[in-house]
Amino acid sequence: MINPAAPAATATAPERRRLGGAKARRLAETLSIRSGAVLTALLIFGVFVAIAGANPLEVFYEMYRGSFGSSFSFQNTLLRAAPLMLTALCTALPAKLGLIIIGGEGAAVVGGLAAAVTGLGLRGTSPWLVLTGMLLAGFAVGGLWIGLAGWLRVYRGVNETISSLLLTYIAIALLNHLVEGPLRDATSLNKPSTAHIGIDNMLHNIPGLDVHWGLVYGVVACVVAYVVMDVSVFGFGSSMVGGNVRAAQLSGLPVRAMTVIACLLGGGAAGVAGMVEVAAVHGKANASLVTGYGYTGILVAFLARNNPLAIIPVATLLGGIGASSGLLQRVFNLPDATVSVFQGILFIVILAGETLYGRFAIFQECAAPPATKPAVGNSSTPSQAVT
Amino acid sequence: MSNEISVVRSPPHLRAASVAAFLVVWGTMLLVLSGCSKKSAPDATQGAPEGTQGKDLTVGFIYVGPKDDYGYNQSHAEGAQVIAKMPGVKIREEENVPETVAVQKTMESMITLDGATVLFPTSFGYFDPHILVEAKKFPDRTFLHCGGLYDETKHPKNVGSYFGYIDEAEYVSGIAAGLTTKSNKLGFIAAKPIPQVLRNINSFTLGARSVNPSATTTVIFTGDWSMPVKEAEAANSLIDQGVDVLTAHVDSPKVIIELAERRGISSCGYHVSQAALAPKGYLTGAEWNWGKVYTDYVNLIRDGKPFPHLLRGGFKDGFVKMSPYGPAVSEDARKKADEAKAKFMDGSMIIYRGPLKDNKGNEIIAAGVNQGQTDINLEKMGYLVEGVKGSVQ
Repeated sequence: MINPAAPAATATAPERRRLGGAKARRLAETLSIRSGAVLTALLIFGVFVAIAGANPLEVFYEMYRGSFGSSFSFQNTLLRAAPLMLTALCTALPAKLGLIIIGGEGAAVVGGLAAAVTGLGLRGTSPWLVLTGMLLAGFAVGGLWIGLAGWLRVYRGVNETISSLLLTYIAIALLNHLVEGPLRDATSLNKPSTAHIGIDNMLHNIPGLDVHWGLVYGVVACVVAYVVMDVSVFGFGSSMVGGNVRAAQLSGLPVRAMTVIACLLGGGAAGVAGMVEVAAVHGKANASLVTGYGYTGILVAFLARNNPLAIIPVATLLGGIGASSGLLQRVFNLPDATVSVFQGILFIVILAGETLYGRFAIFQECAAPPATKPAVGNSSTPSQAVT
Repeated sequence: MSNEISVVRSPPHLRAASVAAFLVVWGTMLLVLSGCSKKSAPDATQGAPEGTQGKDLTVGFIYVGPKDDYGYNQSHAEGAQVIAKMPGVKIREEENVPETVAVQKTMESMITLDGATVLFPTSFGYFDPHILVEAKKFPDRTFLHCGGLYDETKHPKNVGSYFGYIDEAEYVSGIAAGLTTKSNKLGFIAAKPIPQVLRNINSFTLGARSVNPSATTTVIFTGDWSMPVKEAEAANSLIDQGVDVLTAHVDSPKVIIELAERRGISSCGYHVSQAALAPKGYLTGAEWNWGKVYTDYVNLIRDGKPFPHLLRGGFKDGFVKMSPYGPAVSEDARKKADEAKAKFMDGSMIIYRGPLKDNKGNEIIAAGVNQGQTDINLEKMGYLVEGVKGSVQ
């Protein structure tokens, strides 16, 4: 695929322009295929709800009304999107190095638990100190949790997908054991919980919005992750590890350390999601921390193709789907699983859409040679192959 | 990266066609989006007047699991159906709402988009912080919660909490179980060792042992409210140990009752009637009667009368009921069970009376001391009575 005849460094002016064009084209290709996939998924979903006895156009309208149609709905969407941005990073960051981590749920749970314990320990000091301590504790413990899966992968050869999933079950069991045993607040009779960190120490809403600061955490984390994974030298090395581990090793990259670091960062992000649940919503740790955000985060990371910046809009989209689910139940009497069906359709259509990359001549700076049939989507030789 | 740099360009006409295709895709999307936003302007106001029309009352119900779960959520959904039939009452339901900000947003959505004025968020974990947060935000709406957690010294005035003494029904179930068992081994599959659950296990056992002193109850805790696989494993393990009557306190006893029937043993239900799942072995069951509670609340609120902030009751108040006896229950058992129920109805029955020992031999209630249904000590129960095999740890 690499064309040695055209090294970027020595490109002439028009070549450089074309280079910029290539980037724009690639972005346009991604955007079009993705939005085309979303439209197709909507179409299939429309057929599904029609069979279920509802008018698809009305369903789409209600979904829009429930997710983006009013300032209440939009804030509802953003509130649901916030934790997804953080848990999605747990899958997206290690994915850059070729790892498939699906244990964001466990990292969020232990992160929340650690944050609650820290918050309780620092009670009585200033709220800023409490929240900073909780943030660091959530990040550290969530990071260690997934870091362990990464460590097992590179040093012991344990499959990270399985180990991170199993660690989630351990995390939930640990949470239940601690809040029902050593950490239990004696007054939490029928709902075992830790003590409350104190109303004054809680994370507040962003001024003027009905959305807590967790949203800012999410956006900032995604931007920072983008800089680390797509701009920095570490990110470049990570792409190399993800592309070809042997080549990366031969170039002298510390592959093992890098893998563990990426897992630490990803797990840390999910841990912060748990911390936000404790600090902004519950004020204590209990079984309500097990919310499924970690699992939805996998879907978000996948739909965003593990691009940290793309996670922001994708998480918002899925937050919106979640926000609209109640209205579908209440207005059309559709079962709760309806939006899960939509998410599933979306997932599959986007997966199928992956095969379309490089098949549209318009997005290829270098199209197929005239000999090949240039018909769109019908080309027997993917035009990419000749670059 | 260098692989993006091109050598050959596509012919101009092709590029034009592709650009056109690209524009069509995006144009369609923009049209769809603008169509939506145009349509939204008049329709968005539709939701508002609904709740304020005349004396119509919109009541919102929120469930933590599926409303047809043969369990906790279904018991509330059946109650909701009762008030849905009342004239001038409209209900809105939402199921599978987790105990996170999601339930806060569902409440707000029911209030702002559906015009609901009364809300029944039914899961125990919805109360703190979610209902308390929303009750402060919407002081003119009423929030009624199942669980009996209301404390007038710290909770808002527009909140109420209700719960039933369902252990009375467990006691009666225990009598039917105690007189049906041949192995004298009863099985109880429970979610967590919390006071509410322990009270049901203890009352069931005391009921069984009141008619059959050699009966014991073996309890297994699954650790969570909805763990169908663990519940099935626990059921199989108990049956293998010789248990011949099974009951449960989990969100949905469905798999347990079905498994008991398939393995040819008897079962007692919980939350709602599971008789349809076990036509042969289903003895009876402790059921909620939320329809009565919800009707009372709605009547009070519609007439503008104050509603009780803390409402509790057992058989006598119509909060709980028994499933009709199944074919496996003997005449004698029916008679004994009905007698106990009659005593609950006239108030002469007290389940927890001294001397009472826990299953480690410690005296829990001294001789001559009676702890009636409203006794505060029962709310903090942390023991299993003599005759229960299991541990709260």
